[in-house]
Amino acid sequence: MTAVSSPDPPGVVSSRVDVPHQVLPSGVLLEVRDLRKSFSGKVVLAGIDMTVTEGEVVFIIGASGSGKSTLLRCINRLEEATGGSVRFAGTEVGGRGTKLNRLRQEIGFVFQAFNLYPHMTALGNVSLALRIVQKLGRKEAEALAADALRQVGLTDRQAAYPAELSGGQQQRVAIARALVLKPKMMLFDEPTSALDPELTGEVKNVMLGFRERGMTMVIVSHEMAFAREIADRVIFMDAGRVVEEGTPTSVFGNPRETRTRAFLARVAA
Amino acid sequence: MEDFVAAFLNVESMQVVMPMLWRGLAMTAGLTAAIVPAALVLGLVIAVCRDLKVPVLGGLLRVYVDALRALPPLVVIIYLYSGLPLLGVRIDAFATVVVALVANGAAFFGEIIRAGLESVSKGQREAARATGLGALQTEAYVVIPQGLRRVVPPLASNVVELTKATALGSVLALPELLRSARMGQSIVYDATPLVIAAGLYLVFLWPAVRILSRLEHRMHGSRTG
Amino acid sequence: MESIAHYYFNVSVMAEAVPGLMKGLVLTLALSAATIAFGLPLGLGLAMLRTTRRRVLTIPIVIFADVFRALPPLVILIFFYFALPYAGFSMSPFLCVVLTLGLCLAALAEEIFWSGIIAVNRGQWEAAYSTGISFLPALVLVVVPQGIRLVIPPLTNKVISVTKMTSLASVVAVPELLNQAVTEQGFHANPSPLTLAALMFLLVFLPLVQLSNHLERRYGTIG
Repeated sequence: MTAVSSPDPPGVVSSRVDVPHQVLPSGVLLEVRDLRKSFSGKVVLAGIDMTVTEGEVVFIIGASGSGKSTLLRCINRLEEATGGSVRFAGTEVGGRGTKLNRLRQEIGFVFQAFNLYPHMTALGNVSLALRIVQKLGRKEAEALAADALRQVGLTDRQAAYPAELSGGQQQRVAIARALVLKPKMMLFDEPTSALDPELTGEVKNVMLGFRERGMTMVIVSHEMAFAREIADRVIFMDAGRVVEEGTPTSVFGNPRETRTRAFLARVAA
Repeated sequence: MEDFVAAFLNVESMQVVMPMLWRGLAMTAGLTAAIVPAALVLGLVIAVCRDLKVPVLGGLLRVYVDALRALPPLVVIIYLYSGLPLLGVRIDAFATVVVALVANGAAFFGEIIRAGLESVSKGQREAARATGLGALQTEAYVVIPQGLRRVVPPLASNVVELTKATALGSVLALPELLRSARMGQSIVYDATPLVIAAGLYLVFLWPAVRILSRLEHRMHGSRTG
Repeated sequence: MESIAHYYFNVSVMAEAVPGLMKGLVLTLALSAATIAFGLPLGLGLAMLRTTRRRVLTIPIVIFADVFRALPPLVILIFFYFALPYAGFSMSPFLCVVLTLGLCLAALAEEIFWSGIIAVNRGQWEAAYSTGISFLPALVLVVVPQGIRLVIPPLTNKVISVTKMTSLASVVAVPELLNQAVTEQGFHANPSPLTLAALMFLLVFLPLVQLSNHLERRYGTIG
């Protein structure tokens, strides 16, 4: 079920999503072990274990407050974990000597609220990190940005400001912004929750396109139907712990745990 | 270091000038007490007149408000002081400063309060009028209570500014705090009186500024998405 | 009635006073420009330093801002002009005024810029960080531009307030507009030059006040 794409010869501008090939021998890209996080005494993550292999699409579901977003944010260290470890492509994310900025470019993050820079055009939003961190020249950066925007279907809106774009378009720009840095893995934190229902399709289509090209993804969302379409594996979280995991068919169709059943029943109703 | 203390924190000088400085402080307090409430009340009246769109008066007040916001307070003070006697009006320095700063303060307060009143939604007024309240009653019972509450931070900020403006009275040789400090300086020939005066201003205004900071940060920030 | 016209609106006296007043106006404008050029960037710089959250920086900055907002500008000016010489520093009156008003503006501007910066949505910082951009570029390129835009109305207001204070320079004998007007008044024994000067002040500041009104109406804050 996991399609791994072969790399293009160097110098070829690919029309597909570039998926870098350095993975651990076992193919494991992300290893989360006993991850813990508390906010001023309140425990949000009570010891999470999770592995993601290259090319996998993992879907995380759970009630609000179950810690799913916090888990995602700990992976690229937008939140500092209070215990446990996160290893990405062999590097310890929380380590002291870790080059965090380099690491963050390899993990794409898409926010629920898009968080586009309102004072820059779509092209500007996407090319900023290329210019600042990768120190590319403006022309080069803009060319790559234009390509990323093309991959999410927004070539004709490059010069638009976020205020001029619909919610779905804004989120696609946000995806392009992460994509242009050629990440090994993409994290999506409730990517469609802030969108009107009719706009979620365009974002989901982009994500499905990524799946086809073998992008490793971890998606937090409550769109169960989408999970069936896109996920290799579904994880159900409750009160800061992983309660159940398995294929979409098994988790949705035949949940083992009572809590899983209760949650699914509530959501379906 | 010793020279510094002798010039800026001279204990003997302090003892000589303290009585003078206390009197100056009393004068400053007196000025503030005379000016601020009057300016606030006048400002409220101006704001209500403009909000009710009183014909003729409303337009005149608009000119007045813009003009007095544009003129530096010191210019107003000196203009009145030099000019009024020529009209046969006998006015002392204290009254001049009070009139000038009330005029100036009322312009600012009037503008601020007016903006606050304007921000009260039309629906509120319509509801009041629909139950038979007159225009003035609507203002008094419905509009002013809501509108005033919204502009407390900028009002407070301008009250502080007005208090600081009393120092301008020193230009007319009014023996308020700053002037007293200057007089003290010419007696003891060091900077201690000024340092003490500055300290006294800080004692009274620093707490106000601290509180103001908090209010302003919340206000300026409240418009983001 | 006649005396008002004769005393306050005496056209011939005004005409004679014009050259002197024009010189004063130039100086007033120069003081204003120098104050803004010194105070605004300083205020912005201090606000940006404050974002580092290092107490070694934030505490002095907050103290500076508090002190210069609590003290009447005239007191500060008198202090710089008359008191500092006792410590061995003496400055030209012009410089004293620019220093005083510049620091006052910097203090006011710092508070305003700061409230703008902290008002920028946290998500903006996170978006920048998530693409590997570090603190300083995120601050300068993403947050500050948005923060400034948020606070243009109150900032304009304070800039106008401070530039009006240039008339304080007359107290330390800088021949700006007010001072010139008072001199001319003494010379002609007639306050018409003051009327003219007041009109000139209005000419300079009234448009600014209108601009400020317009900005407040558009961007919604008061005060």
